[in-house]
Amino acid sequence: MKIKINSQKVAPYIFVLPFVLIFLVFFVYSIGSTIVMSFQSVKIGDIQFIGLDNYRMLLNNSDFPIAIRNTLIYTVLTLLLLIPFPLTFAVMLNSKSMRASGLYRAALFMPLLCSVVVAGLTFRFMFNETNASLVNSVIINLFGGEKVRWLSLQWPAMIVMVTLASWRWTGINIIYFLSGLNSIPVELYEACEIDGANTWQRFRYLTIPMLKPTIIYLLTISIYGGLAMFAESQMLWAGKSSPHNIGLTIVGLIYKNGISQGQLGLASAIGLILLVVVLSTNLVQLKLTGGLKKESK
Amino acid sequence: MSKFSFSRLKPGEHRITGVLLVLFFTALGVIVLLPFISIVVTSLKDSGMVIRNGFNLNISAETFTLENYKYLFTGGDHNYFIWFRNSIFLTVVQTALTLFISSWVGYGFAFYEFKGKTLIFICVLIVMMIPFEILMLPMYREIIAMKLNNTYLGIMLPFLAHPIAIFFFRQFLQSIPKEIVDAGRIDGCSEYGIFLRLIMPIMKPAFAAMGIYIGMMSWNNFIWPLLVLTDTKMFTLPIGLTSLMGPYGNNYMLLISGAVMTILPIMVLFFIAQRFFIEGMSTGSVKG
Repeated sequence: MKIKINSQKVAPYIFVLPFVLIFLVFFVYSIGSTIVMSFQSVKIGDIQFIGLDNYRMLLNNSDFPIAIRNTLIYTVLTLLLLIPFPLTFAVMLNSKSMRASGLYRAALFMPLLCSVVVAGLTFRFMFNETNASLVNSVIINLFGGEKVRWLSLQWPAMIVMVTLASWRWTGINIIYFLSGLNSIPVELYEACEIDGANTWQRFRYLTIPMLKPTIIYLLTISIYGGLAMFAESQMLWAGKSSPHNIGLTIVGLIYKNGISQGQLGLASAIGLILLVVVLSTNLVQLKLTGGLKKESK
Repeated sequence: MSKFSFSRLKPGEHRITGVLLVLFFTALGVIVLLPFISIVVTSLKDSGMVIRNGFNLNISAETFTLENYKYLFTGGDHNYFIWFRNSIFLTVVQTALTLFISSWVGYGFAFYEFKGKTLIFICVLIVMMIPFEILMLPMYREIIAMKLNNTYLGIMLPFLAHPIAIFFFRQFLQSIPKEIVDAGRIDGCSEYGIFLRLIMPIMKPAFAAMGIYIGMMSWNNFIWPLLVLTDTKMFTLPIGLTSLMGPYGNNYMLLISGAVMTILPIMVLFFIAQRFFIEGMSTGSVKG
């Protein structure tokens, strides 16, 4: 039987074919092999099934809890900073009294143009551990404190990582909130005003509920971004491991075990755990915020 | 536009809030621009000072020098401009191919009903939801098995049918009336001819927005090329700059001035087409 390539029955499959092929070859295979390898000891030319040993090894691995702690703290802090502040800034930029808001929007957007390599490099040296670096000299001159060893201590290092993330993502989150704000009908605000609602009440009972889809969306991508963070810490410590692993993230641990030490089985087990954590965190989040109901419509 | 929050204020109060807002955002804007200013200032000083002092804003007539840029442009013995050319090449090819293939797939989802459509579309959403970093190791092994390591095809291939782009194009195409397709069929166009000749020309605004998003991702792409590329002559700018920080050479002269020259082209483009950048980057929804 001859298949007519040009029929309306066959054409749609030809259209979606590139995606299906790439999906099967790269994504299905990768997920499958991550699952399989997580139960194997993989060395060059020697693959053995070792059951749950990789997972057991992780429990005894001293790096693993550190990586989890860093990643979780980083994710929570970025969520706390990268949603309320951009929301507030967007409302302020959108207010009637604001002049030249386009100019400020552009300035806040600019970090996004910068690659993580250049951004990481710049922050590494702005937070350099000498007296003369930008941040330390400001601290010493303005507050008369002592220089901070930013990239050698746990909490200072966390501050640098979170500052870097805030610097990079605040602008785009403001843009998301601005487009959300612009889709709220003006009539609703007028109605609120007639009912005598003050600025705070309008913000709390009108703006926030109307921005809920944007907030849910930003929560979702920030959770993904936070839990999968790696490049930033890789750049801040110039590809070397950070002192006492203060900058080690879960993906960093995958990279360290998988690429640097060739322990693919162990790396796969970490990857699988992270995948489950990422998906379940976001499912819970979507369930709590009601984001799933919207999607099923 | 919903301009609202201070609308009940009297004109005088209005002006005061306005001044306060402008002051606040000017301060915030300066803080946000500080990293850019500090790297540019540092690039104009002796590179030896980087290790001693890090980045700061101090510069004087004595410390000012163009040595770093002189070395960058005429120094000879470095690969910076090879990396620059590689980056431009990869960005252009990857953006063009990704736009074409993703819009091709998006068209299939938007204009046809077929068995398995929902299932395949769910797969698109699944790919969107899995952080790439988790799959990078097995994907890297596949690329090696296909002998595509150290090639640009190896960098591009897994992402040519880009889920975000597919999603975006499908959304865009759903607003186009189906009559165009029927008219094309009556005129004797093939199913593919309809897409290539009738649909693609109307997709220009969507291509522009997504093109900026994909282009930025490709230009700044870091972790995946870092894995795939091994030959210095094949490096892109982000990988090349990273290699300058490696254990073998702390070549700060080239690193800092080279980093500045990496941001410069995008900055220029941004100021020319600011609105498109902001639209483009907010359409491409996931952080990368």
